[in-house]
Amino acid sequence: MPEKKIKCVVWDLDGTIWDGVLIEGGGKALRKGVREIIEELDRRGILQSIASKNDYDEAWKRVERFGLDEYFLCSRINWGSKAKSIREIAEALNIGLDTFAFVDDTAAERGEVSFNIPEVMTIDAADYTTMLGMDRMTPEFITADASARRRMYKEEFERQEAESEFGGTSEEFLKSLGMKLKISPVTENDLRRVEELTLRTSQMNATGYTYSYKELQGLIDSDKHIFLSAELEDKFGDYGKIGLALIEDTADSYVIKLLIMSCRVMTRGIGSTILIHLIKKSINDGKRLIAEYLETDRNRMMYITYKFMGFGDLETEDGKTILAYTSETRREYPDYIEVIEAE
Amino acid sequence: MKDEIKNKVRGFLAKNKKIGELSDGDDLFEKGFVNSLFALQLIMFLEKEFKIKIPDKAINEDNFRSVDAIAVTVSAVVNNETI
Repeated sequence: MPEKKIKCVVWDLDGTIWDGVLIEGGGKALRKGVREIIEELDRRGILQSIASKNDYDEAWKRVERFGLDEYFLCSRINWGSKAKSIREIAEALNIGLDTFAFVDDTAAERGEVSFNIPEVMTIDAADYTTMLGMDRMTPEFITADASARRRMYKEEFERQEAESEFGGTSEEFLKSLGMKLKISPVTENDLRRVEELTLRTSQMNATGYTYSYKELQGLIDSDKHIFLSAELEDKFGDYGKIGLALIEDTADSYVIKLLIMSCRVMTRGIGSTILIHLIKKSINDGKRLIAEYLETDRNRMMYITYKFMGFGDLETEDGKTILAYTSETRREYPDYIEVIEAE
Repeated sequence: MKDEIKNKVRGFLAKNKKIGELSDGDDLFEKGFVNSLFALQLIMFLEKEFKIKIPDKAINEDNFRSVDAIAVTVSAVVNNETI
């Protein structure tokens, strides 16, 4: 198994991002090339954070003065263990520790992190100029959604804060978001993001089928397939492309081969909204709506979504379940979300 | 047992949507209460709260149609009865 691509780089400050030690009068200048590395990692969609033993106010002020504050999420500047800080950052960002890299000039700090969290990649700050060339720091491809990843995380933190402070019911909160979901056919321009969604999503993925770039390209032009993507925005910002549905068009049925939602929209009801779109379409076109579901240890939520949207099991074989829409109930879009159907 | 389940379910519903008059036999789907998003969250809530795993074949609209139906379903799972 090759090591996973890095999704988050955690930086030390003293002697790593800047020269010298802040409380000893250092930190007057950034180390040469550090700014460019931070900007480039950001462009590649790799998130960045700080784990530094320092006085928070002083250190953060300095980061701000260098104009780097916007690049760092969930920074931990305190006198505690850096392994603990990295664990907290991973939890706040909700990404796996085996996709973390930690850059520090002090061998003892790297050692403490390696000892406690062996899956974190550690990098000696002396080698920082080699970072951009590392295979694990180089995504297969960079999509518009990747470059915007940091901004989307920031918006997500604002949403979470708004939700925790919201006094009403969760339905009222959803309404207050002013969500707009645009469902449209996948185009050539979307393919990298589509590929990324099929590879990165495990929880909200009904089958886990993967397709090569070439196969995906073929599906756009295929008259036997309907290939849709969904984009979401709300008052906090743009989530980008967060959903995908691939439907095989057979003589009498529509068969849902792929139904994928980004985990970021897990609590927004996007899966069922896309399903309602497909249900309406199948009724309009006089086709039976069939769905495939391939059970993994993480994607049970997709099965539950199908069951509560009026799908029943047709047959199960080797962990693969075929479901069919059998409900008589009329289904309408939830009233907290505005759906725009672009043909 | 069933009363405890009903109380917790009512609490969950109240957090998600303004309840006016709701009796235990009312159809939650018809009341626009349980769309599939809330159904998903309801299942996760019940499984966590009662430390159970609701079997796949028990997951359907009928078993979760009303507060009464949910109490029957959950207590059957808790007591290991077939549904």
